[in-house]
Amino acid sequence: MSAATIVVLPDQSTARIPKMNFITRENGLLSWLLTGDHKRIATLYLISITFFFFIGGALAGLIRLELLTPQTDLVAADTYNKLFTMHGVIMIFFFLVPSVPATLGNFLIPMMVGAKDLALPKVNLLSWYLYIIAGIMAIYTMAAGGVDTGWTFTTPLSTHYLNTHVISTGLAIFVAGFSSIFTGLNFIVTIHKMRCPGMTWFRLPLFVWSNYAASILMVLGTPVLAITLVLIVLERTVGIGVFDPAKGGDPLLFQHLFWFYSHPAVYIMILPGMGVISEVVSTFSRKRVFGYTAVAFSSVAIAVFGFFVWAHHMFIMGISNYAVLVFSLLTMLVAVPSAIKIFNWAFTLYKGSITFETPMLYAFGFMGLFTIGGMTGVFLGASGTDIHLTETYFIVAHFHFVMVGGMLMAFLAGIHFWWPKWTGRMYPEKISQLAAVVTFIGFNLTFFPQFILGTLGMPRRYAAYPPEFQILNVFSTAGATILGIGYLLPVLYLTWSLKYGAIAGNNPWQATGLEWQTQSPPLTENFLEIPIMDHEAYDYEWLERMQQKEVASVG
Amino acid sequence: MSDSPAIPHGAQVEADSAHHEHPSYQRHHFVTFEQQADTTNFAMWLFLLTEIMFFGGLFTAYLIMRNWYYPAFVAASHQLNIGWGTANTAVLITSSFTMAMGVWCAETRRKAGLVLCLGLTFILGLAFLGIKSIEYHEKWEKHHIPGLHYSIKSFVDPASDPEVYKSYPQDTGLQLDMANKTELYFFLYFAMTGMHALHMIIGIAILGFMIFRARAGAYTTGHVTFVENFGLYWHFVDIIWIFLFPLLYLISRHQ
Amino acid sequence: MSEQNLHPAQQDQTEHHIVSPIIYIAVGAALLVLTATTVGVSFIDLGIFNPIVALAIAVIKAVLVVLFFMHVKYSTKLTKLTVIAGVFVFLGLISMTMADYISRAWGRW
Repeated sequence: MSAATIVVLPDQSTARIPKMNFITRENGLLSWLLTGDHKRIATLYLISITFFFFIGGALAGLIRLELLTPQTDLVAADTYNKLFTMHGVIMIFFFLVPSVPATLGNFLIPMMVGAKDLALPKVNLLSWYLYIIAGIMAIYTMAAGGVDTGWTFTTPLSTHYLNTHVISTGLAIFVAGFSSIFTGLNFIVTIHKMRCPGMTWFRLPLFVWSNYAASILMVLGTPVLAITLVLIVLERTVGIGVFDPAKGGDPLLFQHLFWFYSHPAVYIMILPGMGVISEVVSTFSRKRVFGYTAVAFSSVAIAVFGFFVWAHHMFIMGISNYAVLVFSLLTMLVAVPSAIKIFNWAFTLYKGSITFETPMLYAFGFMGLFTIGGMTGVFLGASGTDIHLTETYFIVAHFHFVMVGGMLMAFLAGIHFWWPKWTGRMYPEKISQLAAVVTFIGFNLTFFPQFILGTLGMPRRYAAYPPEFQILNVFSTAGATILGIGYLLPVLYLTWSLKYGAIAGNNPWQATGLEWQTQSPPLTENFLEIPIMDHEAYDYEWLERMQQKEVASVG
Repeated sequence: MSDSPAIPHGAQVEADSAHHEHPSYQRHHFVTFEQQADTTNFAMWLFLLTEIMFFGGLFTAYLIMRNWYYPAFVAASHQLNIGWGTANTAVLITSSFTMAMGVWCAETRRKAGLVLCLGLTFILGLAFLGIKSIEYHEKWEKHHIPGLHYSIKSFVDPASDPEVYKSYPQDTGLQLDMANKTELYFFLYFAMTGMHALHMIIGIAILGFMIFRARAGAYTTGHVTFVENFGLYWHFVDIIWIFLFPLLYLISRHQ
Repeated sequence: MSEQNLHPAQQDQTEHHIVSPIIYIAVGAALLVLTATTVGVSFIDLGIFNPIVALAIAVIKAVLVVLFFMHVKYSTKLTKLTVIAGVFVFLGLISMTMADYISRAWGRW
């Protein structure tokens, strides 16, 4: 790994964290719990989702432990079902969906558009409280015995054949859904109406475009999940019959309505991560993102196309052959904009001055692993192969590649990239690079064998499996252990850096973007005066000119 | 280095004057009141989009079940009182009119007019709920509430319900399994009108609060956005009913 | 305040357009007439066109409410686009789900 780095820190013997910033502005618990400041809300979210991530991670650990042996020996089959259900529910609704938008998005979007706050600060705070309420409901459900339907709540299993806590989980997700809707709504309004003078759409950072596209999905898709959960609750309590064949209903209706949200949900999860990657790749290649317009429009295209492919989760469930054909074709189309992004990032790297700080390591990991995950998605989009691979470990591997190898790596890239701006301090570079590499190795060891297992025919959601699959499962569990260490390290060293990290100064990465032109941590109002945007996005020449004009001063 | 370097000096003076000029009801993160009004209006429209999609799931379920069990839907729809339904539609449309007039009063700073219009909208909203509860009660009497002693008797044997039989003497009665599907119709009826009524109740509660504030003059000093945005919500609830009425009440009334 | 003229959000002046009560009265009357119409038409046997006519009248009523009561006719392009986007996704949900159900009856190929 090259020793070259683009990091420029102020003189540590004289540098200080700015006395007045959003953290020091007000003191006391209530000033945090009743805040309207988007940066404080982002901090609250960061702590909350980290908490839920480790709960979901612990559940994953238990799953992998059970799968070390072919028999159902560690936990009973019913308990195993509860483990993977709660793992899915928590990881999707309480970690991945809010991860980048609610933390990095909340923190950065007002600064990136040149505003003093999001458009609706109180709605932002409400969004966090809804998340916490939903989280408490989810924890209650786990304590009360859990739910074992799978996070997909497939009917009629979830409505007629199980006696577990479907209703409370459904209601928890309902509330979490509204948290998501309000975040997305806030972003759309802010991006349309609060851009500073001179900030045209095509001067926005691509992070903003990605979050905008994800927000459209949040606002339009999540309500359908909400009504679907209401119908599940009614079906279980009153017995209305809308999903019950005996009463004339159709179990597949649930799946149509459920996947109408849940497919766009995966784009809600990945798009903000792609936004992070755009920023990181540009900064660590010292080059503007290649094909800005293509990347911007591809985000919106993913959002639009993403609404019309949902039934590719239902190929074997009993939809008509014609529907299979149409949805398969549309699924092929939706892969195109994602591929466009990967190509554009690759061309950004070409002839760039590349350095390998931690965010860039995670970004490289993203590009490789997301490509594999996305490609296997195309394999699954072809209905012929899907018939054999669906409900096997191939699917499990596919979505973990895109969500963990993709999204989670992007999230970590973003956290590391903007950590100096958020806290005013740098994280320790060597150990963070080590953690990134450990994560990458652990990830591949965990999930690559699962592709093979799926092709060989191991079904998903089973606590037991034929003995010939054991060796691959053992690899997978070993990888999971390494992965766990890789995720634990950042929590430790990032917390350490809060007190002992180097003072970062305004712009340690020499990045473009309005957020880097303010102090670290930022003021509560972000800017003393609303800035005027007079240059294009990723304009490194502009940055050079600014730095020549600036007089070096104490931080 | 805490100032953003992107500000040209000329704008500094104007920015200062802008800061001193903003009305008391303008939030500090907005540059002008117009921006705030524009923003909150757009935010309300986005919220209404979420409501469209929320009801969308119910409409989808309805369309599928209606296609599958058309005879059951016809027979069940005949048992709804078209008089009450039409009356409710007229009530809601009128309340939309009074709400729109209320917005006009706020915009033209007519405080008494605003209070009157909001009050009329409030009363009409309550009237709608009153008629709804009469209808729901009727359904309870006839045992047409799914899950609560539901009875298919009047569908299998129409003559047993003289009121309906008078209007539709040619109704021959449904086969047993099709008659059972009327429960699905009524489930959708209660789910859709119930969800709609829930939105009405929330709207009426907010109206009550607004009347109280309007009497204090809160909306007639130029800060009309709350009334305007609530008006959007109220009209949207009206639009939902505009679609619910023909879909639920007017299925094949000519038979 | 020339700074405000640079502001991208300040491009429209239409929120100050106050719709006259005459329009409201006309639209309200039209809505009531259309309600009576839709009830009346439902008693006439038009075969397959009954639900189509009923929905068409409902759409006309909704469009009147959206354009005039909700001021969309006098609103920015953004507002109009927002309404259209919502309707588009709503129709997408319904039509693509219905397409599955209807095509099930068509047999294998």
